[in-house]
Amino acid sequence: MRMKTFKNLRWAIIAAIIVTVLSACGSNNGNNKSSETGVTGKTPSKVTLLNVSYDPTRELYAEFNKSFAEYWKQKTGGTVDIKQSHGGSGAQARAVIDGLDADVVTLALGYDIDSIAAKGAIKTDWQKSFDDNSTPYTSTIVFLVRKGNPKGIKDWNDLIKDGVKVITPNPKTSGGARWNYLAAWGYATKTLGYDEPQTLDFMKKLFKNVPVLDTGARGSTTTFVEKEIGDVLLAWENEAYLALKEYGDKYEIVTPSISILAEPPVAVVDKNVDKKGTREVAEEYLKYLYTEQGQEIAAKNFYRPRLQSVADKYKDQFKELNLLSIDADFGGWKEAQAKHFADGGTFDKIYTPGS
Amino acid sequence: MTGLRRKDRVLPGLSITLGFGVLYLSLIVLIPLAALVLKSANLSPSEWWNTISDPRVVASYKLSLMTAFFAALVNLVFGLLLAWVLVRYRFPGKRIMDGLIDLPFALPTAVAGIALTTIYAPKGWVGSLLEPLGIKVAYTPLGITIALIFIGLPFVVRTVQPIIQDMESDMEEAAVLLGSYRLRTFFRIILPDLIPPLLTGFALAFARGIGEYGSVVFISGNMPMKTEIAPLLIITKLEQYQYSQAAAVAVVLLLISFVLLLFINILQRWSNRRLRTVKGD
Amino acid sequence: MAGIVTNPRAGKKTAPTRPHLTESRTVRYVLIGISLVFLALIVILPMVAVIAESFRKGWSAYLSALTDPDAMSALRLTLITALIAVPLNTIFGVAVAWAVTKFKFRGKNLLITLIDLPFAVSPVVSGLIYVLLFGAQGFLGPWLDAHNIHIIFATPGIVLATMFVTFPFVARELIPLMESQGVQDEEAAVSLGARGWRVFFKVTLPNIKWGLLYGMILCNARAMGEFGAVSVVSGHIRGETNTLPLHIEILYNEYQFSAAFAVASLLMLLAIVTLVAKSILESRMSQEH
Repeated sequence: MRMKTFKNLRWAIIAAIIVTVLSACGSNNGNNKSSETGVTGKTPSKVTLLNVSYDPTRELYAEFNKSFAEYWKQKTGGTVDIKQSHGGSGAQARAVIDGLDADVVTLALGYDIDSIAAKGAIKTDWQKSFDDNSTPYTSTIVFLVRKGNPKGIKDWNDLIKDGVKVITPNPKTSGGARWNYLAAWGYATKTLGYDEPQTLDFMKKLFKNVPVLDTGARGSTTTFVEKEIGDVLLAWENEAYLALKEYGDKYEIVTPSISILAEPPVAVVDKNVDKKGTREVAEEYLKYLYTEQGQEIAAKNFYRPRLQSVADKYKDQFKELNLLSIDADFGGWKEAQAKHFADGGTFDKIYTPGS
Repeated sequence: MTGLRRKDRVLPGLSITLGFGVLYLSLIVLIPLAALVLKSANLSPSEWWNTISDPRVVASYKLSLMTAFFAALVNLVFGLLLAWVLVRYRFPGKRIMDGLIDLPFALPTAVAGIALTTIYAPKGWVGSLLEPLGIKVAYTPLGITIALIFIGLPFVVRTVQPIIQDMESDMEEAAVLLGSYRLRTFFRIILPDLIPPLLTGFALAFARGIGEYGSVVFISGNMPMKTEIAPLLIITKLEQYQYSQAAAVAVVLLLISFVLLLFINILQRWSNRRLRTVKGD
Repeated sequence: MAGIVTNPRAGKKTAPTRPHLTESRTVRYVLIGISLVFLALIVILPMVAVIAESFRKGWSAYLSALTDPDAMSALRLTLITALIAVPLNTIFGVAVAWAVTKFKFRGKNLLITLIDLPFAVSPVVSGLIYVLLFGAQGFLGPWLDAHNIHIIFATPGIVLATMFVTFPFVARELIPLMESQGVQDEEAAVSLGARGWRVFFKVTLPNIKWGLLYGMILCNARAMGEFGAVSVVSGHIRGETNTLPLHIEILYNEYQFSAAFAVASLLMLLAIVTLVAKSILESRMSQEH
């Protein structure tokens, strides 16, 4: 009886090893295949594109990719299969730097694409490659509050009142949170007469009201809507509208007097498209974002379109407000990053006791 | 047995098994970890020191060590209790309970984090009961500790359980014959035998807790200086493209865990040897 | 052969019935009660939460979450990963346990500690080290790039990270077991003229098989559930480099909470099935004796 069991066990082990080896080979074959399609992409019969993007664009690109695939089929007769990768903007940029085979990147801030460019995978003047600073759509930062706005929140200075709980992600790990932070900073600077110690004091009071710092924008939204923590969520405009769409009448959007023009830019990853021979389709893909159809899809997903005709059509959806810009008001991302978010920057000072 | 042991190498296969073991260990564990140390060596000694002595980094080390310690302590007590109950008593549902112990090994850490937050957040199942009492669990160090208790529980139970199972009842019997009370028997006779496995379980749970990320970020709140764990700071450094600094923070964590494990392993082997001579087999 | 100790966890009927060697009925019930409450708060409640959340939108939503093509491809990748990582770690575990427990050599403590090390390495770091090694900016990056070999952000990287994380399970399970069994049986077999592999398959393997199986089950469960390390090396490409735990995170981030928990419950189910299988095997084995 026992002997039989041992034999079975021995066979089981041998079988397991064989299966392993086979599956290892199988997975290798899979890899070869996918890299082949990349190389043979020069003859535009079937092309695979990888778009590496940040978190809140999931819905946008799910719709946009379908539309582009149809467009490409009509134009060239070939099929294009677009793979998506989403995650925190910084983490995604790092993945591309570390060798993720992205054909295009569509990230939350120019700083992250600059970082890829600094390592050589993208040319340094990438921002001039496409119109409008290579930003086909924009967004801004708004407040999402609970139905009826029980705390009466209208503007940034309401956020530092006692007993108001503010939800925002951590600017150190989230691109969206950096836009939040700069919008608040910009408001404080303007209303407090460009006095830096007072501005810093304002920011300290603001972050004293923040009970949770999630690592990403989606995490904060979840904390606010699912865990029902906090009175106000600082969010991308498109995120706020999406939450309204998903959760209907439980929330409303408040637009502050001053906010920031958030420009999530796009770029072709030169090194990868040249290697894979996908430059043509990659550039066409990003250009398609600027067309009427592309802009329409962006507007439908609550991104502010650049194209005037589409902007007019969606006028009621996007309120006019006073927008700061990263280049004019903060001296560009490089400077803003160094001053506010690098180690020892203003964000660190908020949490350093006694400074 | 000890006598036979000293006779050298009757058995075959030392070179092949040890060779393969060390090779595999080097490929999968040691070389990659060496890459980490090398990366952190890009920093000059003063940069290195500045990175790891930054108040925020120090605060996160303290938090990670404290919460991991308390979680391991709770697991030490309850893990022993669970192991004892599972081995010594008979009751309905025992087998299911036994199987549940392994669940934390199997559940993806992120799922564990989300599920625990669902339960212990202020509006959650348990959180809403504790809220009126003024006890906050989620987004405090207590919440982190609970996540780490979840993660570490199987380590303690699974190291103690087999030892209790193997325990001879002769000694207990003798103690009873000599008129010792049950509690006294437990502390005098049973517990000393259990100390080595308890320590191993404690150390494993502790070491695992120091580095845990997935289940903790959801429930911790991530407030700088207060509820920011060390692995999160590693991620934060990476987000700023500071690979070397991230590696430096990681190397310190690694060293703490390594020293802890080494100490425990030496202790355990020493006590094993002692036990074997005492028991005379 | 009958005298050989099987895995103590398996065979023995343990609960002692001699009254003077156990606690009073009240104490027993109190202890069982405390254990149950503790287990309920820490382990059972999260499990119930996962199941409750996954059925919040009903059966059909549950099933469609599981049959989604992206979920299926994530499942496939998860299974492939486990199928490679578990056998390799098992072979390693057996080999190293043999070396450590049957022989004496210097540096044994260090070796055992190094085996434990992956338990203690933060999952974030275990992903990071492979990026530092194989990433485009890493030590081997340029060479791999020149030869068009993809390791990270592809299946090999995911398998490597999983192997690292699940590295100690089998060895950890076997070392104390084989330590307590000593070398008597094997030496007897050798003196009767048996050779290497025969000794292992006829003498050692039967002694350790339950511990081995248990280690493999744990290794497998962890391999399928690993999140942190895999997340760093995956690249998150939908339908290509997402494992089940990563797919869960994606669903969660897309406000598809029930779907996320549905997939999570699938992983939980896989774990529970393997654990139940183990306990059935154990009881059958103990009846055989």
